[in-house]
Amino acid sequence: MRTEENKYSQLRAMLAITKASLRSIVRNSSAVVFNLIFPLIFIIVFGFISGGGFKIDIAVDENSDRENAVYKGLDSINTIKLMTDLKGDEIQSELEKGRIDAVINIQKNESGNITVILKTTKASPERGSIFRMMLNEVISKQNTALNSSGMPVTEIREEVVEGRKFKTIDFILPGQLGFSLLSAGVFGTAFIFISLRQTLVIKRFFATPVSKSFILIGESLSRLIFSIFSAVIIILIGNLFFGFTLVNGVITFLNMMVLSVIALSVFLGFGFVVSGIAKNESAVPSIANLITLPQFLLAGTFFPISNFPEWLQPVSRILPLTYLNEALRKISFEGASIFDVWYDILILLIWGVIVYAVAVKVFRWE
Amino acid sequence: MDSKIIQVNGLVKKYGDLTAVNGISFDVYKGEIFGLLGPNGAGKTTTLEIMETLRDKTSGEVLIDGLSVDKDQNLIKKIIGVQLQAAGYYPNLYLNELLELFAGLYNVDIDPAEILKLVDLNEKTRSKFKELSGGQKQRFSICTTIINNPKVIFLDEPTTGLDPQARRNLWELIRTIREKGTTVMLTTHYMDEAEILCDRVGIIDHGKILTIDTPDNLIDKLLHEGFERKKQIRSASLEDVFLNLTGHELRDE
Repeated sequence: MRTEENKYSQLRAMLAITKASLRSIVRNSSAVVFNLIFPLIFIIVFGFISGGGFKIDIAVDENSDRENAVYKGLDSINTIKLMTDLKGDEIQSELEKGRIDAVINIQKNESGNITVILKTTKASPERGSIFRMMLNEVISKQNTALNSSGMPVTEIREEVVEGRKFKTIDFILPGQLGFSLLSAGVFGTAFIFISLRQTLVIKRFFATPVSKSFILIGESLSRLIFSIFSAVIIILIGNLFFGFTLVNGVITFLNMMVLSVIALSVFLGFGFVVSGIAKNESAVPSIANLITLPQFLLAGTFFPISNFPEWLQPVSRILPLTYLNEALRKISFEGASIFDVWYDILILLIWGVIVYAVAVKVFRWE
Repeated sequence: MDSKIIQVNGLVKKYGDLTAVNGISFDVYKGEIFGLLGPNGAGKTTTLEIMETLRDKTSGEVLIDGLSVDKDQNLIKKIIGVQLQAAGYYPNLYLNELLELFAGLYNVDIDPAEILKLVDLNEKTRSKFKELSGGQKQRFSICTTIINNPKVIFLDEPTTGLDPQARRNLWELIRTIREKGTTVMLTTHYMDEAEILCDRVGIIDHGKILTIDTPDNLIDKLLHEGFERKKQIRSASLEDVFLNLTGHELRDE
């Protein structure tokens, strides 16, 4: 008989920790509230309020004339954002996805007659029709002003593009999911390690043959499993009860899961940092909020970051949650795969490298 | 001698300027109950935690069953059982789930019900750790130390804070464990406990061992030196009165 020493399996010990920790998390009601109930409440609330405060994004065809009264009239309306840097192909695909609400092409002939060619999309019928009303108003103002001096009349020609309807839930759910993953990663991990330290559970582990790194992985794994489970529930409830769009069904869902695991692994690092910095449990919320709250507000959780003032947008462009939210939306609504959102994942991974480098420095076992 | 299971030689532990353990040496023999006695802050826990491989030492040598705490930490952890002064268990888990956890940590297969029976907690299988009384918590804590069939168990002040009934019950448990061949090393600051329970004791203060011997020998030596108690010794104590009135029956508050 060989001695037992050679057969000791760190993996078995680690899985025992994961199982115990998972049981402990599930029985801890505040974890359930944070991970599941909060995001669901937001989804329900925002699922019923349709999005006010959104801008209407209008692409301007590259061949369009911009030196005319109609263009200037539209440009002066605050809620309309005229985008002039998109090319023909991009415009068409953005229009089908409902990321832009309409396209205009304004043509002026030699006699000065203006023709507005308007392309709206079924992907965004409400905002398309709001824009049509605004356009009509601008033109009729021009016409009255110009007609008195006997100048040419403006006419509209409209065409409607087929597209998927982009619902509020399609914007809100990925944002809530992203935020749920962030707060689970940061708060959950920080609380787990502080309380394991304080209740001496970790010290008792140290007296057994399991190695420190397997304790860490075992505990993190339980957090990961629980959060992914919450994510599944959030997506399913969104899909079944609020019509959340999963373009390619199961494939889209699986892509979202893979992305969630990557993002959560990065966010767990923030939790390690917080548990290292915080002296005790009561110090956790303030430090953790410092990480989560700005991202909650600025990372496009509730509003597209294009709605923010321009000076603020670069801040949003730094935050990791921004990239998770964007990537989740691209996957769920546009049917992108995990490889199509490589850029967002790259930024998340860069954050991961930074955060884990800090975590290694500040993490404490005792 | 071959039957030494613990050998401590010139052990020193310094925390900055403070010397918590100042060059202590002692041996523990296989199958005995050895008590480390001393007032609070004498260095008992530090010494114990160094032997348990939970703490680094400054200098000196510690061998557990011939294994050095410097090199063979992982081998040592497999052959010892550790009960810490403060409990460290997931408060929300049921006892059988906690035992499953420790079975995994030690890579052993156990029947939680059977182990709980050994410590008289078989009716508490579906209780959470936080719901146990002080004495039950200690008994559970000791039960996690014997899961891996260890050669030595370390108990750090196992009876502190317990009522007389629970203390006696725990002594019984410790004796049972020893009868199965496990060496027991414990710390306490209750002299009655050491006198009744321990085969040999070491008295430690300010990080130094003052004396090591059997309780009887130590008492005899003191009497030889002409010591006399101020108070007349009676053949019963107040604790006997207390137990006579309240019974030996174990209380679970």
